[in-house]
Amino acid sequence: MYIYDDFDRTLVQERVREFGDQVSRRLSGELTEEEFKPLRLMNGVYLQLHAYMLRIAIPYGTLSSDQMRMLAHVARRYDRNYGHFTTRQNIQFNWIKLKELPDAMADLARAGLHGMQTSGNCVRNVTTDQWAGVAPDEIEDPRIWAELLRQHLTLHPEFSFLPRKFKVALTAAAHDRAAVKIHDIGLRMHRNGAGETGFEVIVGGGLGRTPFIGKTIKPFLPKRDLLSYVEAIMRTYNQYGRRDNIYKARMKILVHELGAEKFAGEVEEEWQSIKDGPLALDPAVVADIAARFRYPQYELLADNPSELARAREDNRFRLWLDNSVTNHKVAGYAIVTLSLKPEGGPPGDATAAQMDTIAELADRYSHGEIRVGHEQNLALPHVAQRDLPTLWRALDGIGVATPNVNLISDIIACPGLDYCSLANARSIPVAEEITRRFRDLDLARNVGPLHINISGCINACGHHHIGHIGILGVEKNGEEYYQVTLGGRADDSAELGTILGPAVPYAEIADVVEDIATAYLELRARPGELFVDTVQRVGVDPFRERVYAAR
Amino acid sequence: MTSPLQQKLKVTGPVVVTANRLGDGAVVYRAADGTWTKDLAVAVVVTTTPAALELLAAATTEKVAVVDAYVAPVELTTQQQVLPGNLRERIRSSGPTVALPGQG
Repeated sequence: MYIYDDFDRTLVQERVREFGDQVSRRLSGELTEEEFKPLRLMNGVYLQLHAYMLRIAIPYGTLSSDQMRMLAHVARRYDRNYGHFTTRQNIQFNWIKLKELPDAMADLARAGLHGMQTSGNCVRNVTTDQWAGVAPDEIEDPRIWAELLRQHLTLHPEFSFLPRKFKVALTAAAHDRAAVKIHDIGLRMHRNGAGETGFEVIVGGGLGRTPFIGKTIKPFLPKRDLLSYVEAIMRTYNQYGRRDNIYKARMKILVHELGAEKFAGEVEEEWQSIKDGPLALDPAVVADIAARFRYPQYELLADNPSELARAREDNRFRLWLDNSVTNHKVAGYAIVTLSLKPEGGPPGDATAAQMDTIAELADRYSHGEIRVGHEQNLALPHVAQRDLPTLWRALDGIGVATPNVNLISDIIACPGLDYCSLANARSIPVAEEITRRFRDLDLARNVGPLHINISGCINACGHHHIGHIGILGVEKNGEEYYQVTLGGRADDSAELGTILGPAVPYAEIADVVEDIATAYLELRARPGELFVDTVQRVGVDPFRERVYAAR
Repeated sequence: MTSPLQQKLKVTGPVVVTANRLGDGAVVYRAADGTWTKDLAVAVVVTTTPAALELLAAATTEKVAVVDAYVAPVELTTQQQVLPGNLRERIRSSGPTVALPGQG
């Protein structure tokens, strides 16, 4: 966990008081909606179909058990007993009342939680690998650098009124679990030929109406230059980004229109003028931040304890262990993913009761720490392997041990038309129906790792462009239709999916997914060939023929 | 369904004026007496563009009661019952089409 200090606490509390005053002035009519809207957005408050929605940042996806309890409290006291974990390591509450928001925010602030910069044309929550600090394949904990960026970019006066929103993600692992190539700035930590650690800087990625995979403009950036180089990118964007057309205002459009090389040249010129100034990182500052990330006092344990071997005789436990438990960098420990994708349930939602129990289990089995991933699942990052059988029974008891992580029913979805004022079509019932179709875990395991991403509109909050199967809700003559893409991926080989064919009506979309899965089982070269690799090998035509032959 | 706030007004059937209540975001409709009601059955229904514009103009002069007022389609049954005119408005009127977590 990162230990916040008085400066952080004061900043959040001052912001809560300020926002409380703004809400009072809005309710009294002193502020108009036009004046108030940008203020509420800067605090993560949207107006959706039925109510206000509050989005709360979970920086780099790390939550303490106390913070999780506070989220449960807010869900219970101010909302309808649940919250929705998003694809950007945030949580959203869907039924908050404006007049109660200042109290809810004051409660959240007591746990170090806030909604600052979770909306509006500013730098959003900096995201990273949900397994940061514990993943065996990382070269160092990326949260140190995420925290540096968070501190630098929070309430940064120069970047509080950008042309459009701005998203930063970073990874330090061999396998990218943070989808860095679809962010405005993606940072990939790696070692250069001299063995030094630094960042590959990728810019101009993003989904939405005009999707782009990011382009590398700096193969290796030394650590000391992180803030100055990011500052130079943002200044370049702030200067040249379009403010006349909201649909062309994101940095990806600027990078595309200028060309990555010219954009890089502009950044380089700006950077050269500031790189040796105050933003050059002092190793002592980095060390101070690193020291405030506290790690558990791990016991000296061996892998595969006897408790595990005995428990594996239970088939249900073994299925969960093989699916939801991952190697830890410390022997005798494991990372446990909690599936928030129950059969027939909305992806990413957790009830207040589940949150409270997860907090209690985190205290008992994970040194009080919980992680939130962009796939809309949670993780307990420090679990002793000997505790896995007991933990599994507790997680199973609250419905978060469905062994479907990374399988076809582990669906990423936006709230869609059931909640969102921008949506064209529903996402949640589509996801729920697909999970019912693949409730047979033998079938789901036979299909293997397959990511379905569903967005209820072109804004792509469900990241449909990078789903192995992407589903986009559209409207045709007042009816919900769904356009399907195949072969998208968000990992190191990030690619945008290819459109399969004409959109299909709501009643048929789950059938289409079944047809695609069936076609894949027939087309794959061998049982171990992943769906996305089969699509890459054979193209979308065989799938198109299967799906549209009967339609 | 493109947000009605972004659409050009073109009335071709029965419509009402709807908005979200400022204090809690609840969905409300413009009533005949100039107040706002959560009950669609007592909303004012008009059928022409000038009448809808007039109703909307009156609604948007209020700066505190509601937010984002717009004209929404409705259906009138043979018994003159007022129903939401499309899926978006049905969801606004009745809530999500899926069971809420923990309450299903």
